[in-house]
Amino acid sequence: MIKQFLKFSPLMLFFAVVPFFLPEGRAGSYYLTLMILSGAYAIAALGMTVLLGYAGQVSLAQAAFFGIGSYAFSILAVKYGQDFWLSLFGAVVIALIFGALIGLLVLRLRTHYLALVTIGFQIITNLVLNNWDFTGGSDGISGIPRPSLFGIDFMSDQNFYWLTLVFITLAAFVVYRLRYSLLGSTLLALREDEIAASTSGISVVAAKILAFSVCAGLAGLGGAFYASGSMYISPNVYTFSQSVTIFAMVLIGGQESIVGTILGAALLIFLPEMLRFLHDYYIAVYGLAVVVIILFMPKGVYGSLASGAEWGWQKLFAQRQTEIPTASTVQQAPPEKAAVRSDEVILKISDLHKYFGGVKAVQGVDITIRRGDVVVLIGPNGSGKTTVLNTMSGIYKATRGEISFCGHDIVNKSAHQISRLGMSRTFQNIRLFAELSVIENVAIGFYPKATVGVVGTLLLRPKGLREDRQAEEKAKQTLLLLGLDRFHEKAKNLSYGEQRIVEIARAIISDPEILLLDEPVAGMNREEKIRLSGILRTISGMGITILLIEHDMSFVSEVSTYLYVMDYGRLISEGVAREVLKDPAVIQAYLGGEIEDA
Amino acid sequence: MQEFIQLTVAGLAIGSIYALVALGFVLIYTTVDVVNFAQGDFAMIGAYFMVTCVLSWGLPWWLAFVISVVLAAIAGVVFQLLIYQPVKNRPRSFVPILIATVGASIFIEQAYLIMYGAVPYQVPGMFSVQTVSLGGITLYSQYLAIIVITAALVVLLSWFLEKTKTGLQMQATAQDPDTAKLMGIHTAWIAALVFAISAGTGGLAGILVAPVFNVSISMGSSIALKAFAAAVVGGFSSVRGSIIGGLIIGLVETYGATYISGSYRDAFAFIVLIVFLVFRPYGLFGEKTSDKV
Repeated sequence: MIKQFLKFSPLMLFFAVVPFFLPEGRAGSYYLTLMILSGAYAIAALGMTVLLGYAGQVSLAQAAFFGIGSYAFSILAVKYGQDFWLSLFGAVVIALIFGALIGLLVLRLRTHYLALVTIGFQIITNLVLNNWDFTGGSDGISGIPRPSLFGIDFMSDQNFYWLTLVFITLAAFVVYRLRYSLLGSTLLALREDEIAASTSGISVVAAKILAFSVCAGLAGLGGAFYASGSMYISPNVYTFSQSVTIFAMVLIGGQESIVGTILGAALLIFLPEMLRFLHDYYIAVYGLAVVVIILFMPKGVYGSLASGAEWGWQKLFAQRQTEIPTASTVQQAPPEKAAVRSDEVILKISDLHKYFGGVKAVQGVDITIRRGDVVVLIGPNGSGKTTVLNTMSGIYKATRGEISFCGHDIVNKSAHQISRLGMSRTFQNIRLFAELSVIENVAIGFYPKATVGVVGTLLLRPKGLREDRQAEEKAKQTLLLLGLDRFHEKAKNLSYGEQRIVEIARAIISDPEILLLDEPVAGMNREEKIRLSGILRTISGMGITILLIEHDMSFVSEVSTYLYVMDYGRLISEGVAREVLKDPAVIQAYLGGEIEDA
Repeated sequence: MQEFIQLTVAGLAIGSIYALVALGFVLIYTTVDVVNFAQGDFAMIGAYFMVTCVLSWGLPWWLAFVISVVLAAIAGVVFQLLIYQPVKNRPRSFVPILIATVGASIFIEQAYLIMYGAVPYQVPGMFSVQTVSLGGITLYSQYLAIIVITAALVVLLSWFLEKTKTGLQMQATAQDPDTAKLMGIHTAWIAALVFAISAGTGGLAGILVAPVFNVSISMGSSIALKAFAAAVVGGFSSVRGSIIGGLIIGLVETYGATYISGSYRDAFAFIVLIVFLVFRPYGLFGEKTSDKV
């Protein structure tokens, strides 16, 4: 982890020696001040990398959190005479609390609605800063101190700049650690697909609050450095347009890139200087530049340059070494649980009802599943099969009825809680984390097993690092077991059949008690179907009970140990396949007959 | 009582302005699924066209009015060609579109700053008389003009959307762009038309409010943010919703600024917005939607 993080050292070294190359005299000290301000903004922008880049949440309030940090720091330091370090800590904590509260407030909101609430928060914060006596109103606060530590005086711009660099490095480390930890992968999952994230055992609430807290906490840290660096603050720094600027810093960096974000911050702070010859035209050119970058560089300036460089590198030196074992050479992993069928009932649905307004999708379904079974639920389109599955897995709330699973009453528990009790699932229209690699997709399924928390993850507790490695190993094993070895391919680039396998791998990596599959062979050709029935046998052999929805009758007859048939939201038949498929009611439901009252 | 009636009329008038801009947001959002953060700038553009027509060219009010609305509508079409078309098919396209429209908004405002300078312009209202007296209550004539013209426009627009072939094509595109295309609807043309109508109503709002607020480069963004709130309150889905949302925001803001605190005038709209988004995110008239699994 630390070793990989060291790849940032050339960049930091470059920034560390910059002061020696600045011109002498006033110009030099002016540039140094700008460097300090860029640093403060870079820390805040790194927060946005987490929120926007990783978690995919739009916020146009970063300047408000930045301001909360600045004001908390200044008030603690100036009004209450607290020491620099305590004030700094206070600034981070207060901003973080505001971030968590906003995160809580916007739980249900997405996309532009989210953007709107954050704009509202931004504007209200700015109004309060302007009108409240406690914050000094529009005059702001002056005489903000700089620290000294171990006898080093940070009053001089040069020393303070280096101190800022140290904290940028710390912030970058936090962001980097999040990106490559199981904990951070929950944010990526949130960005890619909230529903799939929650059925993989991730609490969407916790992930959103984590993202907003980290984002606001880093803004608070940056804000404190801004206040201490410029020694004077006033509300006109913390405006909506400043939030747009911080947003733009991240976009220029390409949303997900740490280096890009830091360079983006420096660029946008220095851009006014570079464009000074344009006089009044500067802001117009800036706006135009933002538009042009968005329209023509989807990965941001840095992202486009970096991928260009990578492309060139691969052209010149491309001899990609692939040492990934192929599926056929790998021994099947030993099953974790004994493959036994028993009479133990692990799932019991009684009298389940689910209405959507006046539409009665499910009306009184009873299903019992015993350990080791492969139960298949069939029925014509629109008969309510998927609704049953969605209600079981916590995506829908049941209107009435009971579901007990391994001794727990799970009706109306949230999806991630149910997943953590050992119920995994796949979706009819595959839900993968499209922009993540195959191995990341699968490893996310391991997250519920992780025991190390936020602090442990960020402080590099060995247990956390071990769990991250464990998840990766287990993901590889599971994928190989299912016969897929394209670990580092992005999920969206796989074929339909391969995506299905990745989704199943994600569902079984956590060793669930039961696996729910919604039409797994739909759209597959004969070879893929044969392969999938082999996979189901393997999974069943691992001791995982299976419930699947399917239409393909030959497939159903081959894999099922028990069958339930639904029509118009009710069960019409059940039993073993060869008997049920002869049942006249079933034949009529599928092939039609006289219309009668349901 | 007299003050209350005056405030109510003022609130309804300013609310009508928010409603007109909100209408533009909603039309664009429902038809092409984009939230245009530069919507308020169409109001500013309309108002500055008015400045040029009336103050520089000395055209009569009515002629200047028509020309300005048409030019604002054309600006909308240009905007959609340059900003919306290039980004519309990108994955998670709302992020790039959001920022592209914010960037465009910065550019448009600064371009106007360069062209017209920072000093606000005063343009005449629809009537030469400033105030009218009704039963002992003095009201600004421009407020009444705003309310009447907005009402007329809403009727006209509802008729257009519900009864004309083009209006129905717009609604079909809003429901399902792919199917609309298969039915022979020229969806690119519909997108251009939607931007034209939205920019036109936005421009109209700017022209109507110009005598009240004066014409400055910041007028667009402050109207736009309130109009967003109005659109959210109305449910971001219908003409009726945006009008009622606009009027609510206008009234809340006017009453709040007078009876609670003038310096927090701009906060009231956002408090309403946040309350709605948290407790009733689908607004007054929006449909509650859930993710399809």
